Formats: sequence, structure tokens, C-alpha cells
Amino acid sequence: MLSKRIIICLDVREGKTTKGIKFQGNIDIGDPVAMAREYYEQGVDELVFYDITASSDKRGILIDVVTEVAKNIFIPFSVGGGIRTLDDMHNVLDAGAEKISVNSAAVMNPDIINQGAKIFGSQCIVLGMDAKRVQKNKSIASGYEVWINGGRTPMGIDALEWAQRAQNLGAGEICLNSIDADGTSDGYELTLTSLISGAVSIPVIASGGAGKPEHLKDVFVKSNADAALIASMVHYQLYTVSEIKSYLAGEGVPVRDFI
Amino acid sequence: MISIIDYKAGNLTSVKRALNHLGIPCIITDKPSEILSSERVIFPGVGAAGAAMEMIQSLNLDGIIRQVIDQGKPFLGICLGAQIILDSSEENESVCLGVISGIAKRFTGTGLKIPHMGWNHISIVCQHPVLKNIDPRAQFYFVHSYYPGPERKENIVATTNYGIDFPSVIGKGNVVATQFHPEKSGPHGLQILKNFIDWDGRIY
Repeated sequence: MLSKRIIICLDVREGKTTKGIKFQGNIDIGDPVAMAREYYEQGVDELVFYDITASSDKRGILIDVVTEVAKNIFIPFSVGGGIRTLDDMHNVLDAGAEKISVNSAAVMNPDIINQGAKIFGSQCIVLGMDAKRVQKNKSIASGYEVWINGGRTPMGIDALEWAQRAQNLGAGEICLNSIDADGTSDGYELTLTSLISGAVSIPVIASGGAGKPEHLKDVFVKSNADAALIASMVHYQLYTVSEIKSYLAGEGVPVRDFI
Repeated sequence: MISIIDYKAGNLTSVKRALNHLGIPCIITDKPSEILSSERVIFPGVGAAGAAMEMIQSLNLDGIIRQVIDQGKPFLGICLGAQIILDSSEENESVCLGVISGIAKRFTGTGLKIPHMGWNHISIVCQHPVLKNIDPRAQFYFVHSYYPGPERKENIVATTNYGIDFPSVIGKGNVVATQFHPEKSGPHGLQILKNFIDWDGRIY
């Protein structure tokens, strides 16, 4: 049976993770390569590196991080943040990433999904989407609106329609982030996740709101998410990957044993 | 030396990186002389069967692949490489290499999401040197919408369940192929690559 995936997100600014943690031994706090290795050894299923470097001239640093990570870990990982062109995609994949996540750039230019899927294959193209709950209206019938620029700019686009359109354009997966739940540690946005997961045939990664293992169980069981993104609950050492997986396995959720 | 056949189909460097990590020298190449003189061959690939076959033919690699297999050298197909060694693929009705009789089929009627993406188990149907020392609880990373359907049962080495039980490792003589990505499947995937490197291409 296919396992539900647990994906750890690392926010990287100018080559350092912004939520660095103190690992045992002599690992630099905030070194994304060392963190990736640690989580790989803990048995995480996948990683996401999200580049939040503000200035574009320093973005190249992430490529060095990706190159180093790819030498050391042998699970899939994706890279998102600031990817706008086919060249950006090519550079990240060539450095060893398995997938690329496009968000704002895809909203501004949906054709990038289509072009990327044609050249690199749909399995490489993840649509990152930030959605926020709004009053249902004519143009936003689902009650969830797409925002871009890290959740700063509302686009007047229906999240459900955008998810289906991205699938038709060739996206291989959707990473669905709830702006309302993000940072709360109160649990994933289950209604939003169910809505999108039920409306597309490609896998959906739930993102935003994870604070404890019960939240992952809820989003897998109640919302049928294929994967769940976590960050602070492991970065702040509240839980290890194996503690989360043991809990989920005990609750009957299929997860990958790390043996 | 190990050749990783380069037919411009996706991420070949990840296989090279995994082999380098294991300390095994390899080259990514489309040169017939290099492929034919190497000790063993890896045939990876992602993307669509039709486009891959066109590229293989335009590089004149179809004959080379058959030749290297006829030489009895250990040959490992990965992902798309496990599909296009069959006679044909339902993906755009493409004619493939015909190394193992059968068809690559699309997942249909399972009601499950396509692609089959993520970690899943394998059940070994018939022991194979490449699957030596693999823990039965091990899982491997899959991402695909089509799966290999060999005509003969004896070519099925292992199966995986995704709505249906589909062949996830197939083999015939010195050819073995995994639908999953050993290079992205953590320590167990690396073990499979190591087993392949130790394999002499014969089935006992």
C-alpha cells in the first residue's frame, strides 16, 4: 500500500535555514545541508527547500546548497521560491533536485507549468498554492482565494479552479498552503484540503498549521491528503520524524518504516 | 566502468550521484563504443515513452542496447527504462525495444490518484540477486502513471500494490528493471544499486 508522505520544509535565506536548530555534535545551527542529512537519517520521506532570499543576486547560493544536499541524501527533494523561468528550473534540477515548486510565477504566467512539464516531465512540476478563506462570491465560488507573493497579494482567483487548471496544464502535484492555518500550530485547514484533494486526480500535499502528530492524522484520514508538510514541530525539536511516524502507524495510517 | 545511457530523458545525474556515493565509477554517455565496452549498463529515464523512443532511435541507441544485452552484460532499467524494454507502451501507442515481451499499461479503474507517487512496498515473487538482503518491510520511491506488464509470469520478479498488484521489478537473464527509483529510495535503494554492481548477470 502506498504510504502517506511526511515532508519537512526548510526555509533558506542566503544559504542558511531561518529556523536553525541545535543538533548533537558539531553541526552548524542553520546549515541546511546538515539539517537535510539529519532528517534523512531520521527517516523523513521527502524534503522541500524554500528560498526566501530577498535579493535576486544572492539566489545563486541556493544552487550550492542543492548540489551539496544531492551528494548526501538519496530521497526526493524539491526546491521552491523565486523560480520564474525554464532556466531557473533547469538550474535547480541539474543541481540534483527532483522537483521544482512554482507559485507566484505560475499565477502570473500559467504557461510556465505547461512548458516545464513538457521539457522536464509532469512529475517535476509542483504547483505551490497559497489559499485564504473568503466570503463565497461569484468569482470565488469555493470560498478560497489564491494569494501570491508569500501571501501578501490577493489575486481574485478561485483556489479550486486554479488547482484544476494547473493539473490540466501539466502540474504533477499540488502543495496547498493555507494562509489562515499557517504558523498557528492548531492543525491543517481540513476543509480546504478535502476540497482540493477531492477535485484533482494528482497528489496533494497539505501545508500550514501542523503542531502535533494528531494534526497529520486528521489531514490524512479526514481530508485524504497524500502528503503533509511540517516545519517547526521538528525544527524546534518538539518531535522527531520517527515519533510522528510511530504515532501515525499506531493510528492505522500507512507510513514508511525507517529500517 | 559502468555506463549510464544518456538519451536526454530527465535526471540521469541522480543515478550517477548515488553510484559516486557508493564509490563506484561511472559515466553518463551516448557513445556506442563506451556503452559496448563497459562492464555493465544502467538505463534510467523519466518522461514519456514515445519521446524517449524517438530520442533513442535518433541517437541510434536501439541497436546498441540490444547488442549490449546480447553480450550478456548486467543491465539495469529504472522507471521509464523498465517500460521501454517491453514491446510497446499504451502511452501514445509507442513501439518500444522488445527486450522482454509485454506492454507498459496505464493504471485505470483503481479510483486512485495518478501518478502513483511516493513510497511503497515490494513483494518478491521470485528471488533475484539484485534483491539480495532487502528487508521485506523496505519501501521504495515510485513516480509513474504506467507500469510494466510482461507477457510471461516468469519475467515478474516483484510486485507492488496500488489498487492492483502490478509488476514493480521485472527481469530476464542479464536484464533486470525496477519501476521505482533505487537512487531516490534511501539506504534500501542504495543496497539494490550495490547488489546490481556485484551481480554477474546470471540467475542461479
